[in-house]
Amino acid sequence: MEVGTYDAIVVGGGIVGCACAYYLSEVFESVLLIEPGPIGGGSTAAGMGHVVVMDDSPAQFALTHDSQKLWKGLFSQMSDACEVRETGTLWVAADEEEFSHVEGKRRFYEQHGVHAEVLDSQQVAEAEPNLRPGLPGGLRIPGDCVIYPVTAAGWLLEQAKRRGTVVRQGKPAVKVTGGSVMLSDGSRYTSAVVVNAAGGHASELTPGLQIEPRKGHLVITDRYPWFVHHQLVELGYLKSAHEMSSESVAFNVQPRATGQVLIGSSRQFVGWDGAIDHRIVAKMIARAAVYMPKIAELSAIRIWTGFRATTPNKLPIIGSMPEDPRMMIAAGHEGLGITTSLATGKLIADLASGITPRIDPSPFAPGAAYHHD
Amino acid sequence: MTELIHILINGHAVTVKPGTSIAAAVLNAGTTAFRKSVSHVPRGPVCGMGVCFECRVKIDGIEHQRSCMVLCSEGMVIETDV
Repeated sequence: MEVGTYDAIVVGGGIVGCACAYYLSEVFESVLLIEPGPIGGGSTAAGMGHVVVMDDSPAQFALTHDSQKLWKGLFSQMSDACEVRETGTLWVAADEEEFSHVEGKRRFYEQHGVHAEVLDSQQVAEAEPNLRPGLPGGLRIPGDCVIYPVTAAGWLLEQAKRRGTVVRQGKPAVKVTGGSVMLSDGSRYTSAVVVNAAGGHASELTPGLQIEPRKGHLVITDRYPWFVHHQLVELGYLKSAHEMSSESVAFNVQPRATGQVLIGSSRQFVGWDGAIDHRIVAKMIARAAVYMPKIAELSAIRIWTGFRATTPNKLPIIGSMPEDPRMMIAAGHEGLGITTSLATGKLIADLASGITPRIDPSPFAPGAAYHHD
Repeated sequence: MTELIHILINGHAVTVKPGTSIAAAVLNAGTTAFRKSVSHVPRGPVCGMGVCFECRVKIDGIEHQRSCMVLCSEGMVIETDV
């Protein structure tokens, strides 16, 4: 049992919590981060690590774009273990209908400062020879990249520790308010700012937050260097991500630094049941094989599951609770937490220290989620 | 007398008795580096029963096959250290 006072406390040592500690430690003297398990051991460890600018909504675009810029500013300092790879994203059109929207998307990205290229059928085949022949084309975003999320989270926290951040691991927080945090062993810490960055568990600590776990599966293969070059995602991916009621799968394949191929993705609302569901894995692989027939011939070595922290309006919750500005939330990042962790941490640190944020924080404010649909 | 099986290991012609596993054939041919680990360290068979995955080789063009689990057959082409 311990007692202590800090300028800021972060509850949760996933990549979002680590990013919050990273930026809070730049503006505050003393920061405490609390994590019951290993650092980056929850949803962070389960994710693909795709650092992607998404044009889903203006707010999502602003957050992902800002966050990618922050990542790129750190890449040169990050350790090799973070496995930064500038693969780019290739959004693949399945048919002429999907391809007809590609030029509009390219224009949107370009107008907002993100370089994007339309690839025709032949260019897509040249860029990714293992894609099925005859696909109409796609959209390449060369600036997107891939990182290894667990080590990246650890690296962020290491930098925060160098600036004096204290890490308390092993015991979960059981009571969190604007001014204090209590752990399961009775330890009690007080602070002017408390950030709930507990991901899918955030609503257990702050009642009323609408965050639900959304299960996903990933399959990783043996090493097949250059089987795939870009992070490949079907253009229909957003349709899959937006289908809130039922389960869905989408073609989403990534080259790892080791030469392994990471194959996603699935979405299901099944509570916290982490068991591998071979029926949906089969659906996911079949979907991938529609785009990349040879993927079915690769040898898979491991399957795992994880949980996205999902909100009703598909945006993360970032900012102070309306009734208590000292109680801040940084949770609900769905499938984009690796990308948006840095912009989230920066936003939290700016808001907590009275600095004007780089992006409009209002779409992410706790409470905003309740005004939507 | 049983007929011998003819295979190629890294381009070299080798003859083995029927029932010989590829792992045994590769070891008898004097090769211990079956493959390289992700950090480029040579690896070879450990368990000999399909569990450790250390003995993987390329068999007839298909990568990452466990050599201890496959018996040699006429005309097979084996590549190690891929």
